[in-house]
Amino acid sequence: MSAESADIKIPAAAVDRSYLHDGTSLKSWLLTTDHKRIAILYFASITAFFFLGGAAAALVRFNLITPQGLLGSPETYNRLFTMHGVVMVWFFLVPAVPVTLGNFIIPLMIGARDLAFPRLNLFSWYLFMVGGTITLWALFVGGLDTGWTFYTPLSTTYSKGHVALAAAGIFVAGFSSIATGLNFIITIHRLRAPGLTWYRLPVFIWSMYSLSVLLVLATPVLAITLLLMLLERLFHIGVFDPAVGGDPLLFQHLFWFYSHPAVYMMILPGFGVISEIIPAFARRPIFGYKFLVWASVAIAVISFFVWGHHMFVAGTSVYSAVLFSILSYMVAVPSAIKVFNWLGTLHKGYIHFDAPMLYALGFIGLFTIGGVTGLWVAALAADVHLTQTYFVVAHFHYIMVGGMVSAYFGGLHYWWPKITGRMYPEAWARIAALVMFIGFNLTFFPQFILGYLGMPRRYATYAPEFQVLNVLSSAGSTILAAAYLLPLAYLLWSLLHGKRAPQNPWRATGLEWQTPSPPPTVNFIATPHVTQGPYAYARPDKESSAKEPPHGEAHE
Amino acid sequence: MTLLPSASANASEVDRLLWALLAISLAVLVLVFALLLRYITRYRANSPVDRGVEGTKSWIFESAWTGATLLVFLGLFVWGANLYVRMFNPPQDALRIYVVAKQWMWKVEHPSGQREINALHVPLNRAVQLIMTSEDVIHDFSVPAFRIKHDVLPGRYETLGFTATRAGTYPLYCTQFCGVNHSMMTGEVVVLPPAQFAAWLARNPVADDLVGEGRTLYIRYGCSGCHARGAEVATVRAPPLEGLYGRPVPLSDGRTVTADERYLHDSIVAPGAQIVAGYQDLMPSYAGQISEEDLLKLVTYIKSLSPESPP
Repeated sequence: MSAESADIKIPAAAVDRSYLHDGTSLKSWLLTTDHKRIAILYFASITAFFFLGGAAAALVRFNLITPQGLLGSPETYNRLFTMHGVVMVWFFLVPAVPVTLGNFIIPLMIGARDLAFPRLNLFSWYLFMVGGTITLWALFVGGLDTGWTFYTPLSTTYSKGHVALAAAGIFVAGFSSIATGLNFIITIHRLRAPGLTWYRLPVFIWSMYSLSVLLVLATPVLAITLLLMLLERLFHIGVFDPAVGGDPLLFQHLFWFYSHPAVYMMILPGFGVISEIIPAFARRPIFGYKFLVWASVAIAVISFFVWGHHMFVAGTSVYSAVLFSILSYMVAVPSAIKVFNWLGTLHKGYIHFDAPMLYALGFIGLFTIGGVTGLWVAALAADVHLTQTYFVVAHFHYIMVGGMVSAYFGGLHYWWPKITGRMYPEAWARIAALVMFIGFNLTFFPQFILGYLGMPRRYATYAPEFQVLNVLSSAGSTILAAAYLLPLAYLLWSLLHGKRAPQNPWRATGLEWQTPSPPPTVNFIATPHVTQGPYAYARPDKESSAKEPPHGEAHE
Repeated sequence: MTLLPSASANASEVDRLLWALLAISLAVLVLVFALLLRYITRYRANSPVDRGVEGTKSWIFESAWTGATLLVFLGLFVWGANLYVRMFNPPQDALRIYVVAKQWMWKVEHPSGQREINALHVPLNRAVQLIMTSEDVIHDFSVPAFRIKHDVLPGRYETLGFTATRAGTYPLYCTQFCGVNHSMMTGEVVVLPPAQFAAWLARNPVADDLVGEGRTLYIRYGCSGCHARGAEVATVRAPPLEGLYGRPVPLSDGRTVTADERYLHDSIVAPGAQIVAGYQDLMPSYAGQISEEDLLKLVTYIKSLSPESPP
């Protein structure tokens, strides 16, 4: 199955010029249907959202330096942590890897000229921006103080914030997710290069595929939930409000039915990125390819059946809690498999410590800590004590920030030469990876202890005995903030002053490295033909294969 | 752990589970980090160490670590679930204390009529069961020293049981985000030895106990007009309430429910939802008419009409 056929005429200009030079006007960017340019549009938006959500987090940590709260106003504090959650979950974590790295790399990795629906892809970006703008407007103009979880009846009856507007923005952005998911699924089914069978797909593609299925199946539930909440808030129709016969727990069931799979939407792409980086820098085929692939699929499936573990103390039945507890342990098994497989890939490798690899190694460490603390909150009686405290905050930040954000930065550095045609300053990138790891642990590790001691989440003020650990955490967050600003600076610098990147700086085997950096608009001058699996890294000590055989070859 | 006292029967059991989790977590982390560090030093690119032959039979390793992981997880699941289920089965003679949450305050009513705000006094070594409801949004009653917490929902009764095993004063938190002053919704739980608890009850005299106050409300809200007392009046319009609590009630739609506190509460605020077999849907809803505190008193009074009922 090939995306291309011989009779398609490629304009000569498109072959000579990189996609970056194929039109320089604003219009050529805003009306582009090139997946690579749309990825760049997304990069710009996602980066803005990341720093906005990060600024809110910084103010949250600032407030918590003293027990009385330095901001002085619980209302401001509540709005800030809500803004942090809403922006980071819906406008950074869920979309980040898919719409930027995924958008750019998927067609290149499978030897296609573009996604299956290029115009839908552009439309997705506009939907994302419209949704984001509406939500931001609600957050800034009216303020929102429900937390990102919108629990009823606080959100429907009691909150004075701009709930309806914020929810409308998330509702709109949801359609962007659904369209992106559909686009990816169909692209991966239909546009693979000749010879690229399912078991020859890179693990990144499998992750993107599993993620897309989650996006398409779960996001509509979020849309329905938000719609019901809006109707309840505006017209008091009585779905969630017990005063008119509704059930507030129904909202939580619906919300977590989306939001738990959403956790895996955030982390699956991270798994995919790490599974590309580790073989490339260990110079080894990935260990247990099929196990990794099917672990992704298993996570996608089981993740739909664990939402109840957010409600162990919410007032659901004891039996359902027991069921959701065992299912939560089941979903942790495939994640554990992945960690062991990455370690197996390092075994007997030839390991290079370039910046992407440092981020990937950091990911393994932090994700493992996040994973084992997940076992704590899956154990029912332990969860009763730990849930709704800082323990949970620390746990999911280890997965989401320690895991997913590390993976995002790893992927960004790994594919940066391909995307921009420039190399970043390697020393700075290694320093940033190291500082990020240290700052992250200093910020979030104390929160595990705070949680055990019983400090509740979402408190603008707290008891004095919690201050030492809070100050430690806030101190760590300043280091973390600096670590995030570093890449912003040196990556922007590299756009103008970085060394020109060769076609394949990492000697990696993926198809995306078999075309110039940055790629031409049509991606490949000739259709690649794939003849073997994705990670055919040769052993440098064998003379016979000093040169890496690529994943596929471009036949003239 | 010294910073967080362990002040309930449950707390020491939960701590044992947490210690086990800590041990398992550390074992996993030591394993992962040790392998990671060993591999990245031993197999760094310029290391001359002989790599030998790459293993090919990965499925042996895969099944081994998948199986081992699964076994450990199952063990943790059984431990955690067993303890959790036992927490939900308080002894029959538990002291029942009522808690009403509202933005941003805890109101406590003792069965003998004493009231407290943002404080809860309980006797040492006596099983206590809290019956909790909210007047507005969802709150959560959390006492870290007892390792317990449970959401407090509007429009229904949730229960939370514990037995305090150490006298002292412990912080109480609302841990479900409930609006602007969420972090002010705190209080304290005071555990007193039985004699001191009795003295505390005596120091806080009340006009009437909950049953007495409920009886007054029962007349004031006109309940007695239809749900007539005694056998002398044949109750045609409404079912009698004597001896109702704790009994099975056949409903007009064929179901049978047990008349527990939640049923009594719901039958006052949403009477149309569960019509007793043989009666018509005549009773108006009192939702919004009667505060949750008054509802508690009414429910307590109705319970008192069943002298031989389970406590």
